[in-house]
Amino acid sequence: MLGLDKKDTSLLIIVAILTLLAPFILNPFPTGSAMAQFNAGYPDLMQRFVIFGIFAIGFNILFGLTGYLSFGHAAFLGVGSYSAVWMFKLLSYNVIPAIALSVVVAALFSLLIGYVSLRRSGIYFSILTLAFAQMSFALAYSVLSNPKFNLTNGETGLQVYADDPQIFHRDSLPDMPHLFGLSMRSTYKLDIGAWSFDFNAGYYLCAVIMMVMFYLAIRIFRSPFGMMLRAVKSNQQRMNYTGLNPRPYTLAAFVISGMYAGLAGGLMAAMDPLAGAERMQWTASGEVVLMTILGGAGTLIGPVLGAGFIKYFENIFSKINDNILHQWFSFLPDGIEDFMVFIVHPFIGKGWHLTLGILFMLVVIFLPGGLVEGGQRLGKWIRNRGKGATDAKTKQEPAE
Amino acid sequence: MDAIILQILNGLDKGSAYALIALGLTLIFGTLGVVNFAHGALFMIGAFCAVTVQRLLNLSFQTVDETQKDFLGNPLKVDTPYVEAWFGPEVGATIIDWSVPLAVVFAIPIMLAVGYAMERGLIKHFYKRPHADQILVTFGLAIVLQEIIKYFFGANPIQTPEPSALKGSLDIGLMLGFDPNAIIYPIWRLVYFAFAAVIIGGVFAFLQFTTFGMVVRAGMADRETVGLLGINIDKRFTIMFGIAAGVAGLAGVMYGPLNPPNYHMGMDFLVLSFVVVVVGGMGSLPGAVAAGFLLGVLESFASTTWATTTIPGINQIIIYLVAIIILLTRPRGLMGRKGVMEE
Repeated sequence: MLGLDKKDTSLLIIVAILTLLAPFILNPFPTGSAMAQFNAGYPDLMQRFVIFGIFAIGFNILFGLTGYLSFGHAAFLGVGSYSAVWMFKLLSYNVIPAIALSVVVAALFSLLIGYVSLRRSGIYFSILTLAFAQMSFALAYSVLSNPKFNLTNGETGLQVYADDPQIFHRDSLPDMPHLFGLSMRSTYKLDIGAWSFDFNAGYYLCAVIMMVMFYLAIRIFRSPFGMMLRAVKSNQQRMNYTGLNPRPYTLAAFVISGMYAGLAGGLMAAMDPLAGAERMQWTASGEVVLMTILGGAGTLIGPVLGAGFIKYFENIFSKINDNILHQWFSFLPDGIEDFMVFIVHPFIGKGWHLTLGILFMLVVIFLPGGLVEGGQRLGKWIRNRGKGATDAKTKQEPAE
Repeated sequence: MDAIILQILNGLDKGSAYALIALGLTLIFGTLGVVNFAHGALFMIGAFCAVTVQRLLNLSFQTVDETQKDFLGNPLKVDTPYVEAWFGPEVGATIIDWSVPLAVVFAIPIMLAVGYAMERGLIKHFYKRPHADQILVTFGLAIVLQEIIKYFFGANPIQTPEPSALKGSLDIGLMLGFDPNAIIYPIWRLVYFAFAAVIIGGVFAFLQFTTFGMVVRAGMADRETVGLLGINIDKRFTIMFGIAAGVAGLAGVMYGPLNPPNYHMGMDFLVLSFVVVVVGGMGSLPGAVAAGFLLGVLESFASTTWATTTIPGINQIIIYLVAIIILLTRPRGLMGRKGVMEE
């Protein structure tokens, strides 16, 4: 289907089903029950899942295929957000021109940075991209927000004000980002028994875009172009000797992943019309690296899994507090209960980053392929265990 | 002229910090070939050694002083630090006052131990892995160390004041023959610069004039041959990792009075230090030191009102701009050696 082989088609269908039914899947617990805090099916969080999914898919096209580790990808996300908000300010709250411009601007921006950074490889490339991103952050934070030429609105963040031109804005249109009149915040609530499910217009826009982007990523992975990118990763020297210049391929990959990041930034602004410089900081770039590695760099589904995993636990873990822990461990004797809470306490709530850091280190050390490799190993182990038993039987037979 | 000298002096303290961190980074990179993203965290741990020493010295017990009354007429509870009780009030107060310099003594063994543990426990397993993996695992370690410090010390900056004898400023202009008040410079910044100079000198002397240093230098040039000569080069490189961690830690201890330590100070310095290392040339120790001071001074020149009015915001981006230009025109950096990290 759509030029994909059977395996990829089923992968795409699984992703499509998961994203479209996410409001059900992420809300398994009835509202009002003690477990309701683990529900992740509210619009804000679901939007973040798919947006960061897009961001990580794009990053994976660069890092997973070519092996170039960029530490400055958040710059493109930030640029995308700024351009989207500018479209809201100048034209109207319609998201289509905003997203289009954010992709275009991010593409130009990444072309410029990529052209310079890709002259070097390895650690130098990482540091160059890091330097560029930090420079863009510094520029957006202070320089480009002087009264004469206020492009980013500095610390406050860029937002839409009532006296902005908005030339296509009509009174009949909603006063927030919308798609031809359909507000991004409009949510349909479906109550079934004790459960309640939210169907949010913004989420579904992001979800559809993510599926398209995921499809494009599959096509890139399976194309001759994708093969070239893999060749860059495995042995650039040999590629040179065969008479191929790797630079155009890596630059194309860099720009494509920059466009993905810009798209994610544009969508972020479309969900909440605000853009701040902190989105460009290098810790934000580090986050997408974490997502991609955690899920599995170089695999198709890995980055999406990683993005979902990190965003889910970031929201859920940070909500758990000591009272909830006491409830969980209440079946234990008092002393042990307090001890368990004491042990777990540093890792929850505000300590979520500690858990993330440890988890990330463990993955890099023991499971370089991320969650996907973990799943594969587990699957293999289960299959081999079954097989091992039959093997043992067949081996015994000749002895008799 | 005096304005130029003032800007150079202003750049020296930040330059010293950059140079010290970059020196450690280069030591690790030159010996072990590992890109250590956790080096900023070591700088931060050093700064928190100073905080810990300060807190330990301020540990006190309460006594009820019947002669003093609070505003309600109850006897006043007085906190007396243990050091004051043990050594007498005056000596005790001086010890507390000098807690930051004292922390240097305390920080050396701790930082060496941290560095040694880090190399043996984690980095050792990453020699054969690609550089990207080394970056990633040390990045994760940096997050973990940072969060541990945050858990114990909180997220707010903690004041670690310099000794009161070294507070205030010197009128350097007067000494050099300029008008009075032309060049006023805080004493602690001079102390920091002198301290950095001593440490850098110490490291270079250690590498240049001891047998151990000679072996390490030989190992940096050709690890395999040194190994074939029957020298256990790995053990020596581990010790060098400890020393590099110590250098970063000491830089952090003494930086406390200039900028109150907080848990993410390491990350802020790390990015700049990497830029410094790249500008100086990967694997070149003199290059790292020179680039550290150079960029520190450049940053201070870019912060003058003249520079910021000509090109707004130049002080924010100058270092990155210089790094980009250097990397593109002289890919090996200012003093990079041939054959080191050409990739």
